[in-house]
Amino acid sequence: MLKLILNRLMVSIPVLLAVVTITFFMVHAAPGGPFDFDRVVSPEVMEKLNEKYNLDAPLYKQYFDYLVSAIQGDFGPSFRYPGRTVAEMIAIGLPITFELAIYSILFATFLGITFGSLAALKQNTLLDYIPMSISMAGICIPSIVLGPLLSLIFGIWMGWLPVSGWGTYAGDKLLPVVTLGTAYAAYCARLSRGGMLEILGQDFIRTARAKGLSEFRVVVVHALRGGLIPVVSFLGPAIAGLLAGSFVVETIFGIPGLGRFYVQAAFNRDYTMILGTSIFFSALIILFNLLADLLGAAMDPRVRESYSDE
Amino acid sequence: MSELLQISSIWQDAIFRLKSNRLAVFGGVFIILLIILATLTPWIAPYDYAQQDRVLGPTPPSFQHLLGTDYLGRDLLTRLLYGSRISLLVGFIATTVALIIGVTWGTVAGYLGGSIDTWMMRIVDTLYGIPFIILIILLMVVFGRSLVLMFMAIGAVEWLTMARIVRAQVNSLKQREFVLAAKAMGVKETTIMTRHLIPNTLGPVIVYATLTVPQVMLLEAFLSFLGLGVQAPMSSWGLLIRDGAVSMEESWWLLVFPAVIFSTTLFSLNFLGDGLRDALDPRMGPN
Repeated sequence: MLKLILNRLMVSIPVLLAVVTITFFMVHAAPGGPFDFDRVVSPEVMEKLNEKYNLDAPLYKQYFDYLVSAIQGDFGPSFRYPGRTVAEMIAIGLPITFELAIYSILFATFLGITFGSLAALKQNTLLDYIPMSISMAGICIPSIVLGPLLSLIFGIWMGWLPVSGWGTYAGDKLLPVVTLGTAYAAYCARLSRGGMLEILGQDFIRTARAKGLSEFRVVVVHALRGGLIPVVSFLGPAIAGLLAGSFVVETIFGIPGLGRFYVQAAFNRDYTMILGTSIFFSALIILFNLLADLLGAAMDPRVRESYSDE
Repeated sequence: MSELLQISSIWQDAIFRLKSNRLAVFGGVFIILLIILATLTPWIAPYDYAQQDRVLGPTPPSFQHLLGTDYLGRDLLTRLLYGSRISLLVGFIATTVALIIGVTWGTVAGYLGGSIDTWMMRIVDTLYGIPFIILIILLMVVFGRSLVLMFMAIGAVEWLTMARIVRAQVNSLKQREFVLAAKAMGVKETTIMTRHLIPNTLGPVIVYATLTVPQVMLLEAFLSFLGLGVQAPMSSWGLLIRDGAVSMEESWWLLVFPAVIFSTTLFSLNFLGDGLRDALDPRMGPN
C-alpha cells in the first residue's frame, strides 16, 4: 500500500508542478499587461504598481517567488479587487463550492447506486429498462441545458422553487444540486449496474445465497463491495467534473462560490486571481484523483497486489 | 462465383447490424440532416444572422419568424442554423486533430514497443492528470477568444484516450502473421504502420471518434455559455442557450428551442456511437 501511495505521489507532484509552471508563464505571456487601464496612469503610479506586484523583477525570479509563496498558500493580491487577496477570495468561495459539490456527489451516488443495483438485480425488467433509459438522457443533457430548463419549469412556470441564491431562500439549494448531480447520478447508475451484474454472477454470491443469507445481506454486505469498484474509480474524474461544472451551475444560479469567482476573474482578466484559482482548482482535482485512486486500491485487492510484487 | 460462396465482409456485417439498431439509425439520420442544413445555411436561412430589428424586439414564434426573435429582433431560426455550423465545425475539426495526433502517437508507441513505448505512454498518463478544462479557460482568457485556437486546444486535449486505444490495438496486431510476413518481405516500417496497422485499428477509432464529437461540442458550448468561447454577433448553440437563460422569464422560446436542438444532437451522436460500437465489435458490449 505504501508503495502504491508513493508511486501515485511520484506522478501527482510533477503534474502539479507542470500545471503551476504552464499557468504561470501562460498568464505572463498575455498580450497587454494587467494594468492596461482605460484611464491614463502616470509613470510614477505605474512604477509603484509594478513594484507592489513584483512585476519589475526578472521573470524567473517572479516565478520562484510565486512558487514559494504559493506553497505557503499565498497567491498574492487580487488585481481587480484592491485590498483583497486571492487567498481571501478562495476562503470565501471555497466552502460554498464544497457544499454544492458534496451535496451533488451524495445525490449522485445515492440515487445512482440505488437504481443501478436495482437494475442489476431485476435485469431485463421494467425496473432495469426505465432507470437505464432515464440515465441515458441524464448523460446526454448537459448542465448548461438542464439548469436553465429546470429553473424555467420549476422556478418560473410552476413557481415552486427559487431560481437563484444559496441559503437565502427556502429550497434554493435543490435546483443547483440536481443540475450538477444528474449527469453523475446517471454515470453512477450505469457503472454500478455493470459492476453488480459482474459480481452477482460469481461463485461467492451463490455460496452466500446457499448459506441461506437474506437477499438484503447478500446484496448489501457481499455484492456491493465488489460491485461498486467501478463507481469508486469514477469518483476522481467525477469530482474534477463537478468542480468544472460548478463554474456553470454557480453562474446560472447566482451562487457566490469559487466557481463563479473564477469565471468572473476570467471575464475581468484579473490575472492574479485567475492564476491563483487555476492553480488551486488544479491542485484540488489532482488531490481528489489521488484519493479516489487510493480508495479504489483499498477496495480492490487485485490493484494492491499488482504493486506488492514489483 | 456462385451466390452461396459469397461471404459478406466485416463492413457489410457491421452495416447490417447498425441498420437493425433503431436508435442508432435515428441518430445517424438526424446528424446527416443537420450536416446538410448546416452546409446549406447561407442559402436557406430566412434572414441574416446579425440582422437586428430593435423596433420588433423579442417576439414569440410566428409565420414571419418560425422560432421567434430575440431581444434585438434577430431571427432565432437563422441564428440556430448558423450556430449549428459552428458547433459541427468545432466537433469535426477538433475530433480530426485528436484523431491525427492520437492515431500517430498510439501507432508509433505500440509498434516500436520497448522503452520508447514506456516513455510515450508515461507522457500520456501524466497528461491525463492535468485538469485541461482549466488550461483551456486560461488559454481563452490569455490569448483572446479565437475560434482557431479553441479548435486546436480542444483537439489537443482529446487525443489521449485515442492514443491509448490505438496503442493497445497495434500492440496485439503487430504479432500477427500478416505483419510478420510484411516484415520478412522487407517492407519499410513506416509502410507497415500506414498500410497494415492503421487500417486495422479503424473500427475502434471510428467508434471513439463518434463519441468524441459530442464531447467536443459540449466543451465548445460550455465555453461559449461562460462567455469565453464564440462571441456575438456570431452565433453558437452555447451562446444561444446562454442568451436564452438570461431572458427566459420573458421569452421562453429563446431557451427551449436551442436547448432541444442541442440535446437532440448530443443524443443522436451518442446513440450513433453506441450503435457503431455494437456493430463493429460485438464483443465490446454496451458497458
